[in-house]
Amino acid sequence: MALRIRFTHPLRSFDASAELTVERGETLALVGPSGAGKTTVLRIVAGLLRPESGSVTLEGTVLLDTAEGIDVVPEHRRVGYLFQEYALFPHLDVAGNVRFGARGNSRVEELLERFRIGHISRARVHELSGGERQRVALARALARDPAVLLLDEPLSALDTHTRSAVRAELRELLETLDLPTLLVTHDFEDAATLADTVGVISQGQILQLGSPSELVSTPSDPFVATFTGAMVLAGQAIGTQNGLTEVRLDGGLTAWSADRATGPVNLAIYPWDVSLGPSIDGDSRMNHLSAPVTSIAHMGNRVRVHVGPVVAEITAVSAERLDLRPGAVVTASFKATATRLFPR
Amino acid sequence: MTGAALLFLLLPVVAVFLRVPPSELVSALGSDAAQDAIRVTAETNAIAMVLILGFGTPAAYWISTRHGGVRDILVTLVELPLVLPPAVAGVGLLVAFGRAGLLGGTFDVLGVDIAFTKVSVILAVTFVASPFYLRTAIAAFEAVDTTLPAAARTLGAGRARVFFRVMLPLAGAGLGAGAALAFARGLGEFGATIMFAGSLQGVTQTLSLAIYEQFDLEFTVALAISALLIFISAFILLIVKVLTRWHSGSGSLIPFAASTRQPS
Repeated sequence: MALRIRFTHPLRSFDASAELTVERGETLALVGPSGAGKTTVLRIVAGLLRPESGSVTLEGTVLLDTAEGIDVVPEHRRVGYLFQEYALFPHLDVAGNVRFGARGNSRVEELLERFRIGHISRARVHELSGGERQRVALARALARDPAVLLLDEPLSALDTHTRSAVRAELRELLETLDLPTLLVTHDFEDAATLADTVGVISQGQILQLGSPSELVSTPSDPFVATFTGAMVLAGQAIGTQNGLTEVRLDGGLTAWSADRATGPVNLAIYPWDVSLGPSIDGDSRMNHLSAPVTSIAHMGNRVRVHVGPVVAEITAVSAERLDLRPGAVVTASFKATATRLFPR
Repeated sequence: MTGAALLFLLLPVVAVFLRVPPSELVSALGSDAAQDAIRVTAETNAIAMVLILGFGTPAAYWISTRHGGVRDILVTLVELPLVLPPAVAGVGLLVAFGRAGLLGGTFDVLGVDIAFTKVSVILAVTFVASPFYLRTAIAAFEAVDTTLPAAARTLGAGRARVFFRVMLPLAGAGLGAGAALAFARGLGEFGATIMFAGSLQGVTQTLSLAIYEQFDLEFTVALAISALLIFISAFILLIVKVLTRWHSGSGSLIPFAASTRQPS
């Protein structure tokens, strides 16, 4: 009882291909930059795009098998598809949109109630807020009683203000639905919050598939590292001392890493693994760098501080205690064990 | 300059109403020639519009779903009758459907002679007017966000349901504007009709042809029919304006309709 996909399909400048299984109750997120071929996967599952070769199986039913010449039309696939900007019908009201998928079954009232859109059931699409639109689109997708849920950038059409609330709601919904869910997003944070498994996709290929924490702790290459939020600094591994690799970073600084490598490397480090202080304070951390602060960005209760080539993410409370301001010289420190080296 | 230009454009229209008193225009419309022309025009144009909408709407929808070169070639072919001189259209219709034309033999076998009948008027009007509808209808269908029919299909709607429940309502304003434009063109049809169908009062003589004939016979009747056509044309223009305004204004009514046609 699962969704199985395997396909190869040429896109404009590269071939997209994937082999995925999404179990019932599991949410798999494909995350990558725009144009990486994420939506292609959803369109193939929905039957809106026939790949050059491949197959799609849903709960044991073959929806697509190019070798066998099987291609079930979209209207006969039990797919709930949430489009990127929701694709609500502007000529119908909220209830009309939800009813479009329901085809006469009586779940419409229940869905309007469940998604808290009963009170706006007579409203036209253009009168709705972003969050309401998303709930209408979800109710409509579920009205046809799908066997799989496809979500295309479910949060990108929302402003930052409503986004986190809607994300929490969506997560709750996905937990209660016992469906295989395939989600695509360009935002790793959204993917990590909503999905059990995350696949990082670039140029039509899935680079790494794993739990969000696996991707953060052991990214398989610099692209995955960058995408999960790491800084990637280029340098040369110039030697080994006490089992640690000495890396001469481009720009002249030296860093130590617990990873082994030789020759040209990329060093990845997450901003939240970098701490800031007024001076080198003789603790266990191997890497210290004193430089002026170039910028400070506030993100709620956290602050991102640029110090020389590195970015540190610290709490707003700490930032206040350190009295950080652009131009002030501070020391950024990180552990050798927090770095990852990738040969270039 | 603007004043002079406007005056130049409006003067002939106003002049139609100034030559004789309005009461004379109204009574001239009651003449046999005018009444026959109104009847012939109404019948032939109504049937032509049914043909244009009936065949043109699915054709326009089909063309709108094509892409690239195929679409461009089809649209250009549809537009050809639009730029064709009416006299060429008349000759073309004669050598295609006339007694000695390409399909003349076929009509003979069927025992039908369409020359100088209402059928020939309908053919002429349909030929010259349908491109106006097709062009506007293709644009109206193409203006519908492609994710909407895609969404409808994932919601269980087959092609027919997508067409009637999604495409037709969303393209409706554009289709209405196209139909009004085609009707206006059909009403004014002159050259192709007079060559292909002749100008027989009560049979093939439409309002436009009647103006030309009454020009020499009873000038007031020609003026009266002209005045009538001015009113109808102005009314059609108003409809087109309202519909296109509604249509283009839908950009604000449908905030997400303007998304890209090419999904990533």
